Amino acid sequence: MNPTLNPTAPALATSLLHTWTAILTVAALAITGEVLIAAAMRRLGDLDHLRTGPGLRGYLGPIRAVLTSPLFLTGALCMALNFFAMLYTLSIVDLSLAAPATASLTFIGNAAAAKIFLHENVDRRRWLAVLFVCVGVVLLAK
Amino acid sequence: MKHRLRPSQYAILIAVMLTASVGDTLLSHGMAQVGAVDPQHLHLLWQALFNPFVVAGIVLLIGFFACYMTALSWADLTFVMPATAFGYVVVALLSRFWLHEHLSLYRWAGILLIVCAVGFVAGGPSRTEHPSSHPDLDLMDSGAGR
Repeated sequence: MNPTLNPTAPALATSLLHTWTAILTVAALAITGEVLIAAAMRRLGDLDHLRTGPGLRGYLGPIRAVLTSPLFLTGALCMALNFFAMLYTLSIVDLSLAAPATASLTFIGNAAAAKIFLHENVDRRRWLAVLFVCVGVVLLAK
Repeated sequence: MKHRLRPSQYAILIAVMLTASVGDTLLSHGMAQVGAVDPQHLHLLWQALFNPFVVAGIVLLIGFFACYMTALSWADLTFVMPATAFGYVVVALLSRFWLHEHLSLYRWAGILLIVCAVGFVAGGPSRTEHPSSHPDLDLMDSGAGR
């Protein structure tokens, strides 16, 4: 039987420190990446305004604008590292722990980072939403 | 000022929800086939790139990335985030009504919470206006409020 299909084997074989280091690394990379990309997109503005013409060729404008943004490229690097860190984490930690743990941490971290670095208006409504999503994600994984 | 989203912008948000959840599901299925990767066997990560489920997952996640960035170009990060969370609800509902899996009371509660969260945020403005770009107007506003 494939070891990752056995619900208890990977969790028992991996130490607590190892598990949470992997999960925190995934979340930290995701937060850094998403905030950098959000900053890049905010700076570029509505992509529809960058379209160079009708049809598919019109998308060349926005694609070029995004791909030449240094903020975006740094963010994308973080997201790529996050992707491989997540692949690694999924191989040592159960999906039912790794997915909700990284998702919840990323949501809370993103809300804080969006307020601090992007100066978004994270009002009570949005904090409540972050809290609800975190609890909801944990419940979904039960 | 409240931003009204166009129908095409709602379509982008729905695409964000669907591609992220289905892509992640394909990835996790593919990685389960590849097997456990530990620091001594990192070459398995390379091998994973040839698994059809992992490849399909990556294609969907690239689509997700494009939609997600488009959404971020006209909405706040904290506005788009709950939309991505709604993807978990989509997976849970798919497993209930398509795969006929049993959903526990916990999961229904989780679905309800995430739906509420999306409702809270969707009811508010999608974009933070930065009045600081007009410091004179700010000054006038604060004076008028006193």
